[in-house]
Amino acid sequence: MKRTMTFTLNGRRVRIDVEPQEILLEVLRDRLGVKSPKCGCDKGDCGSCSVMINGKTIRSCLVLAIEVDGQRVMTIEGLMQNNELTPLQQSFIEQNSFQCGFCAPGIILSATELLERNPRPSEEQVKEAIAGNLCRCTGYQPIIDAITHLTRVSVSHQDNEKRKEVRP
Amino acid sequence: MPIIQGFEYYKPTSASEVLKILSKYKNPAILAGGTDLINNLKTETDQPDAVVDIKGIKTLRGIALKNGVLTIGAAVTFSDLIDSKIINTKFPVIAEVARTVGSVGVRNRATMIGNICSAVACADSSPLLIAYEATVVVQEKKGKRKIPVEKWFKGNKRTAIKKNEMVIAVEIPLPAKKYAGCFVKMGRYSGEDLAQASVLILALPENRYRVAFGAVGPVPVRAKKLESLLNGHEVSDDLIAKSKKIIPTIISPITDIRASKEYRLHMCQVMFERGLKAAVSRSKGNGPAYGHSLI
Repeated sequence: MKRTMTFTLNGRRVRIDVEPQEILLEVLRDRLGVKSPKCGCDKGDCGSCSVMINGKTIRSCLVLAIEVDGQRVMTIEGLMQNNELTPLQQSFIEQNSFQCGFCAPGIILSATELLERNPRPSEEQVKEAIAGNLCRCTGYQPIIDAITHLTRVSVSHQDNEKRKEVRP
Repeated sequence: MPIIQGFEYYKPTSASEVLKILSKYKNPAILAGGTDLINNLKTETDQPDAVVDIKGIKTLRGIALKNGVLTIGAAVTFSDLIDSKIINTKFPVIAEVARTVGSVGVRNRATMIGNICSAVACADSSPLLIAYEATVVVQEKKGKRKIPVEKWFKGNKRTAIKKNEMVIAVEIPLPAKKYAGCFVKMGRYSGEDLAQASVLILALPENRYRVAFGAVGPVPVRAKKLESLLNGHEVSDDLIAKSKKIIPTIISPITDIRASKEYRLHMCQVMFERGLKAAVSRSKGNGPAYGHSLI
């Protein structure tokens, strides 16, 4: 039986009718047109469907859409503020950390959650945080570089300024 | 992959409401984290006529230590356990186990109670709860029923739960004021993987030990024979050699897609030795930090 639910998606209120068996990932992609979460393994192993619920990354392929009734959902579309990429997204571009880009939304959300909880993670903690996000192109090192580079440069504001100047 | 079969969805706010809903349906399922259940719905391994989401029940979200007994509610996720101060100070082995479950995105959702209700042979929580001599708290219509974890696991994916019952918590007694432990899990790689074999060791005061194996049989194995060999003695190379020799009489792992029985058996001996040494040195205030991988 269809049920009406409302939730916050990337800061906007969404009202939608869903069947209880509809999966969050499918509702986001096929019914709401939010295409950043991808369907990879479809069983919670690969992390390409990662979205945030109430600030925590989860596997949207393993969540019923109806479960997020009344919750806050964020995909990478909601990460930008005032139309500007976050420093982490920028770092991914600078470190050349994507190739096909399939895993990137999930990895950036996982890394965002990590940096919010722990702004100065060790390399080990970075690896732990993205262990559930598989990338088949880069070999991971550029991804780890993008995250650790950011935590190093954000040590001083001056460095940040310098970085902006260098950017083409 | 969509879920083919439809069902009713409920999100009650109390355990008594859950029981009422359960009694109305033939084959209801309880949903906590959903990291097992949703997969089973997709593959049609489970075909419930109703799904009861228990995340709306506030009383199931608690982690509390009272009179030497830790209570973990049915909606507590593995991430909650890793972040809990009580867990990290009094039960650091629980955090060590929780950190090996899946990945952050899974741990943010998956619960320990869900782990033992799914009761797959490789569940990471099983050897932990067996070694801690935990109790499963089940709510039924008439009241609460407490089941020792030893009697909880009935086989692969089979537990002592009956129809119209729900697990509301596990209770874990603090084994001693000062003690240490170690969880060693073997997967194909570090990061997210299921256990091919796991060992959990507690080193208690006065040279008392508890040892449990996971993923080497349909249910977790408490190695009492091994414990009685170790109890009362300082750990020495000689004692470890003797202990390793009797491990094949205690567990009988199988060969499957992830590992052969010979490899599992051999690695259980290696993991037992490393885990025991780590637990003992942790109890003396040194040894590897909790969460440090030993294999």
